[in-house]
Amino acid sequence: MVDFDRSSGRLVAESGVLLQDIITAFLPHGWFPAVTPGTKFVTLGGMIAADVHGKNHHVEGSFRNFIDWLDVMDAQGNVRRCNREQNTELFDWTVGGLGLTGVILRAGIRLRPVPSAWIRQTSWVLPDLDATLAAFHEAESASYSVAWIDCLRSGSDLGRSVLMLGEHALPEELSDDAARYPYEIPVKTQRSMPVTPPFSLLSSGLVKAFNAVFYWNARRKREVSFIDYDSYFYPLDTILGWNRIYGRRGFMQFQCVLPLETARDGLQAILNETSRTGAGSFLAVLKRLGPQNGAFSFPMEGYTLALDFPATARMLSLLETLDEITLAHHGRFYLAKDGRMSAEIMHQSDARAAQFRQLRQNSGAAETFQSKQSQRLVI
Amino acid sequence: MTMGTLLLLGARSDIGLATAHRFAKAGYDIQLAARNSAALEPARADLQLRYNVSVSLHDFDVLDRQSYDRFLDALPELPDLVVCAIGLMGDQIENEKDIEAASLVVRSTYEGPALILEALANRFDRRGSGKIVGISSVAGNRGRAKNYVYGSAKAGFNAYLSGLRNRMARRGIHVMTVLPGFVNTKMTHGMDLPEKLTAEPEEVADAIYEGLRRGRNVIYVRAIWRIVMTIINAIPEPIFKKMNI
Repeated sequence: MVDFDRSSGRLVAESGVLLQDIITAFLPHGWFPAVTPGTKFVTLGGMIAADVHGKNHHVEGSFRNFIDWLDVMDAQGNVRRCNREQNTELFDWTVGGLGLTGVILRAGIRLRPVPSAWIRQTSWVLPDLDATLAAFHEAESASYSVAWIDCLRSGSDLGRSVLMLGEHALPEELSDDAARYPYEIPVKTQRSMPVTPPFSLLSSGLVKAFNAVFYWNARRKREVSFIDYDSYFYPLDTILGWNRIYGRRGFMQFQCVLPLETARDGLQAILNETSRTGAGSFLAVLKRLGPQNGAFSFPMEGYTLALDFPATARMLSLLETLDEITLAHHGRFYLAKDGRMSAEIMHQSDARAAQFRQLRQNSGAAETFQSKQSQRLVI
Repeated sequence: MTMGTLLLLGARSDIGLATAHRFAKAGYDIQLAARNSAALEPARADLQLRYNVSVSLHDFDVLDRQSYDRFLDALPELPDLVVCAIGLMGDQIENEKDIEAASLVVRSTYEGPALILEALANRFDRRGSGKIVGISSVAGNRGRAKNYVYGSAKAGFNAYLSGLRNRMARRGIHVMTVLPGFVNTKMTHGMDLPEKLTAEPEEVADAIYEGLRRGRNVIYVRAIWRIVMTIINAIPEPIFKKMNI
């Protein structure tokens, strides 16, 4: 981190800095990332390249909105500063461009002031998909919102969920101790998965039980609680290597966004298919997204659904079915989560990819900057 | 309130920089010394921003003995603690053939670090307080065909540190020798190192901080290295000389 202005919250940092380090350095002074993904173990450069979104996308948009400028090195080693006034094309395609425009060296970003390190969370328990979508609509002014969907439900229970809304808590709302030091949170012990089991521990029965307990815990309607930022935004970060619970074969992620008009039908179809396969998705997260700028950023106005599955052949074919459903409902895919999609599906879902490819070829970036994913998806 | 001041010799080293972070986190002001120190401005700003301590940059070339006094006089204050992370491994094959290359390794790894720490020790002695940390290497415990030029320089540095520790023991000045084992740094980049034996720079930094707190004399970073080195030291020379390790 190179420079920080404590009156405006403007931070200049090299792209390798971890989000965790930004929070540790500046939350004590009352500043927090304006947009944060679900883990703090990401670098600033990664956040820019994926143009990450958070639980406040419906209000604040993606990370892009809080980037003032970027320094990007091209294939010849030239470093160019880009922003919304100069080198605008480079800026537009670098944010969300998966690192394929060049090397992101430095960025100027804006943090947001927060009154404390705590979140006031309100949980709404919702019986089915329609109720969940209606609740998102009703809660559109909430700062943060996200729903945890019980993926193993079917029929009239399909889409049963807990919607969690959050606001930055004011010191006077907190207990005496917390109010005295509003930017401090209890020290957590870092746990880790000690071993990698040979097979996934998440059988559908276990996930079913887990979801039932989770749902049961939140059953009291519109319950309010105060949660520290770390538990609220980064619940899995306290268990290092949590992904190993899926066993040696690992896991796969799927995340799509569907436009508002088709979201209901599309989500229903995806959840039906997932439930029918009995694929215990441990994390099924639904989130309303607001309007989005940017040349190749993932979000669009609508709903995004994120699912995690153990990596098995059966799940792989389920994901292919989910790809088709997403396509049929005019949705697109979050490439930061993808590790197996076909180029055909991706290009059908997103006409911008061909444009990006052309641009990369013209600028010479295509030869130098490639990833396994860019090769597979032909970007 | 500041906890004291740390002078870091070799601020471009990964272990050195990690050590600076560890002590800044604990509230120490930091003096970063290296050649062309102006280029370390991002590292300086980073330390200052993260830990809210004062951090200064100082030009220092360990090969330029004539500059030592000038360098020490120009520091804003005599530090409470010095950590020397200077060393050069070079390339063993090149060191065997090129006398200049071998000399550079010895001067950078043994002669320079020993002499600058001597100058600091004398100043600490006049003041009556100070702590000295020399980052050495297990390579100095027994010469091996793979890196004995570097290893012998580290052996010299080990002996120097233990002698200095002996001399200063009754004068209120503590000297700690650090034997990190394999560390994942620029120096070892591209080497195929066993995972269980290889530490991250931050682990070395933590070990240095804890070691000083406990007044340790010689520390290994990962406990397994103490066992590994005990075994290596115990192998009889007639056998050792024929081994390829």
